[in-house]
Amino acid sequence: MELVRVENCRKTFDGEEILKGISMTVNKGEVVSVIGPSGSGKSTLLRCCCMLETMDGGSLLFAGRSAAKEEDGKVVYATHDELKEIRKTFGLVFQNFNLFPHYTVLKNVTEPQIIAGKSKEEAEKKAFDCLEKLGLSDKAKSYPCQLSGGQQQRVSIARALALEPEVLFFDEPTSALDPELTGEVLKVIRELARIHMTMIIVTHEMNFAKEVSDRVIFMENGLIRAQGTPDELFGSDDERLRSFIGKLSSN
Amino acid sequence: MSLAIMFEKLMSGMGVTVSIFILTLVFSIPLGLPLSLARMSKSRVISVVSAVYISIMRGTPLMLQIIVIYFLPYFGFGINVSSGYRFIAVIIAFSLNYAAYFAEIYRSGIQSIPKGQYEAAQILGYSKSQTFSRIVMPQMFKRVLPAMTNEIITLVKDTSLSFAIATAEMFTMAKQIAAKEASLMPLMVAGIFYYVFNFIVALICQKVEKHYDYYKI
Repeated sequence: MELVRVENCRKTFDGEEILKGISMTVNKGEVVSVIGPSGSGKSTLLRCCCMLETMDGGSLLFAGRSAAKEEDGKVVYATHDELKEIRKTFGLVFQNFNLFPHYTVLKNVTEPQIIAGKSKEEAEKKAFDCLEKLGLSDKAKSYPCQLSGGQQQRVSIARALALEPEVLFFDEPTSALDPELTGEVLKVIRELARIHMTMIIVTHEMNFAKEVSDRVIFMENGLIRAQGTPDELFGSDDERLRSFIGKLSSN
Repeated sequence: MSLAIMFEKLMSGMGVTVSIFILTLVFSIPLGLPLSLARMSKSRVISVVSAVYISIMRGTPLMLQIIVIYFLPYFGFGINVSSGYRFIAVIIAFSLNYAAYFAEIYRSGIQSIPKGQYEAAQILGYSKSQTFSRIVMPQMFKRVLPAMTNEIITLVKDTSLSFAIATAEMFTMAKQIAAKEASLMPLMVAGIFYYVFNFIVALICQKVEKHYDYYKI
């Protein structure tokens, strides 16, 4: 089943075309990594998918429901109420966590569920459940500032999972972490891949992308330069691709 | 005049000073919020109108504002005001003036909230008003506390400006007694009063700031 479909996505910032027509589909249970050099448009693509940026061209569908479509050269987004429903189908994990600093870990994970209509008891039960899975049970009463970066990122993953999204986006989830803390976050994502959570991950961790993904997309200059299984892509003899992977893997 | 009588007279002024202080905060702290939102409004008209308002309130002397508001009903509209209007005019002038300052403090606080907080809230399904009331406002409040403390301490001393329309507050009383008795003593006592008052205010503000130490932004 097709969960995400982006067609011919275009985005321009200050006259500079960042995305020059990207199309991709992601099926249920699939893990897709998006790699590529800085400035290639990976994060912009992800932000367009999550509707944090509005597209200048193209269309966007979640589980067959149209979030945005192009009409007469302009992108028309669905109505406010429709978008609200569509937003429930996906979650996003940010590079710098974006936890709410004035809330405890528990409230960070609970409140979005209550806003979505759950009772406080249900929400807390689910929150404890998610925190336990991520090894954070003892941190429920802590504030984000009392946690390490790795723990904060795990809380933000718990917060996203508690809303039971059908697909989870990751925007460079380990780029703000040191190598030691990167490991604990990657472990969590690996675990999610094992239980076939549908995920789209923008990352610079080549080995991780190779190991965890069903499909890897290589982006450059606002276009998809290559995509395929990790074996296809990492074994490719495309010179540009090889030099990119070679540079990052040796880091 | 005996010291006892002097103190008695000053005491009544003290009550008025404290009332001006408290009532001004009660009105100006909430009033500053819609004003700061208007200042940041996407509507050009609303934004410019509030910017002009803030600019005038901050750009002219508070004493002048007090006098204008006191005499406006008579000179502007020919309305005879009762003697009780004196105190009301002071509260109106202080509240309008301080709301302008608070609005700018709130604006700086709101604009210092990282964009990521809004984005996270949007992704997690918060509506715009939920984002503002649950995520932005509480963090803004913590951020503006030091600046608020500054403004509130200034307010304690500014209350003395209401002597311009002979409101029976502390400073007006002290000045009257000093003139009558040809003594600096009442003004000294008033000075000590303002100092002690501010000392307590600063202490309370410090306590409030400490209370919000449990999280960092």
